[in-house]
Amino acid sequence: MSTAHPVATERRPWTKGRIATHVFLALMTFLWLVPLVYAVLASLRDYQYTAKFGYLSFGGFTIDNYITAWTEGDFARKFLNSAIITIPAVTLTLFFASMVAFVLARFNWKFNIVMLGAFTAGNLLPPQALLIPVFKMFQNFEVPFWFSESGTLLNSYWGLIAVNVGFQVGFCTFVLSNYMKALPKEIYESAMVDGASIWQQYWKLTLPLCRPSLAALATLQITWIYNEFFWATVLLQNGDMFPITSSLTNLSGAFFTDNNLVAAGAVMVALPTVIIYFALQKHFVSGLTLGATKG
Amino acid sequence: MTAQTKATTVTGRHRKPRMSTRDRVTVALMILIPTAVVALLVWLPAIATVVLSFFDWDGFGPFTEAKFVGTKWYVDAATIYPAFWPAVRNNVVWLVVLFFIATPLGLLFAVLLDREVSHTKFYQTSLYLPVVLSMALIGFIWQLMFSRDQGLINALLGTSIDWYGDPSINLYSALIATSWRHVGYVMLLYLAGLKGVDLALKEAARIDGASEVQTFFHVVFPVMFPVNVVVLVITFIDSLRAFDLVWVINRGRNGLELLATEVTRNIVGEAQRIGFGSALATIMLVMSTAFIVIYLRIVMKEDR
Repeated sequence: MSTAHPVATERRPWTKGRIATHVFLALMTFLWLVPLVYAVLASLRDYQYTAKFGYLSFGGFTIDNYITAWTEGDFARKFLNSAIITIPAVTLTLFFASMVAFVLARFNWKFNIVMLGAFTAGNLLPPQALLIPVFKMFQNFEVPFWFSESGTLLNSYWGLIAVNVGFQVGFCTFVLSNYMKALPKEIYESAMVDGASIWQQYWKLTLPLCRPSLAALATLQITWIYNEFFWATVLLQNGDMFPITSSLTNLSGAFFTDNNLVAAGAVMVALPTVIIYFALQKHFVSGLTLGATKG
Repeated sequence: MTAQTKATTVTGRHRKPRMSTRDRVTVALMILIPTAVVALLVWLPAIATVVLSFFDWDGFGPFTEAKFVGTKWYVDAATIYPAFWPAVRNNVVWLVVLFFIATPLGLLFAVLLDREVSHTKFYQTSLYLPVVLSMALIGFIWQLMFSRDQGLINALLGTSIDWYGDPSINLYSALIATSWRHVGYVMLLYLAGLKGVDLALKEAARIDGASEVQTFFHVVFPVMFPVNVVVLVITFIDSLRAFDLVWVINRGRNGLELLATEVTRNIVGEAQRIGFGSALATIMLVMSTAFIVIYLRIVMKEDR
């Protein structure tokens, strides 16, 4: 990417225009960071103190909000719920998407373009437009109690995982099939001479070559599914089952809200995605732009 | 589809070694299982939504007993349902603000960052940070800014405005929070787009005596056509399906009605109004389809 700028390292003079640009960007960056920095600061302050002296005061620092939010919001349980939903959903999404992408990239069939279109479009539909049939379908889909305590797919992790997979497979298929199409066809010819089956070609040949785009997609999907709010809110009715993203409402009471407590909760909920972002920034950014601009 | 698979393998234009039966079964399963999941959870529900919108079904009895009511629910929505027009209006305002303010701002950031080349990593990372947060979480983070009694904005201004509660302004408060994220997203897409613009083009324009601004609007921006379309579609679709943020603020009431919240209210609320909710959902579906078609035409161009 950076090869497009061969003059990148060349020393350029600090003209008025450049200084103005930097001032503007610095100002905007400051504005952009205010809500986040403020959330962290508020989370570290005692409610009684800020209620008395206001938020522009200095002092009353404590970490009690984190402890209270963690226990009152049942965060341990809620983070576990998020993991129970996110990990299988991301794994299945990538597994399904890579299979479809492999077949669509490997063979030149006439219906490929239609299939790819149908998969990609699914990801762009407003989920609310599918809510009613999915809701009724899950409500009437009876499953054994060992499978889901509610006896139906409604109010069950499996239902929620399935919906997330159904929605995300399209985007991943699109990205992966573009990536796989760019692989040289010759590798399959020599594999077939060696007698490799289709499954072996997929599992042992194509998937390892797709590692970069799989990593990018996994990063992106973990963030998206962890952040998913709508389906979790409407398909799970038992508050104990909510993932962490849908649980923050528990911290704001009906009549009174301790914003410092909410802030502590918000910081904890944000932490996993922020850590993923900083640790895997390259994957994250390339995943998004891969889908939008064809690499 | 298995039959089709066989047929194309045999008569395919390119000479291809025949697949063994096991391979054929493998290929069929690889494509059929994911297709079934997507069809069952995305495409069938989409069709069912449209069908249900023309029927009066209570949701519990067999569907065969449901009564066909034609366009009754659509007429009801436009004439009786009090939240319909406010919701449409709010969705339009949402789109207008994202399209005319947030998106150009994201483009501006991208252009400036791209031009500066060096010393911009910090800006880029910070401006992009909100994109990794969920819209629900953003609602809570901005509550700390907007809260009437405990919020930062009122503390700084010395006012006591209920930014999230006052129906005449809360839509704009929500839009500030949404834009906070949208700008970073657009910026990232355009940064990638700008990196892909051929430097020789810019150079040629410069030699021809074009100013930097002229070069951008007459050369660079048109060359980024695919990115422009992607950004446009994302802006439209995200405006149409906006939901999470207003749901955490006040469940989309009192000035924050949106089509998405009204659909949801009619199925998970106190009363299930399936036909009516489906009519609202169908309206969303039709609007999104137009943009999905545009999107597909652009991103899949190379495949045709």
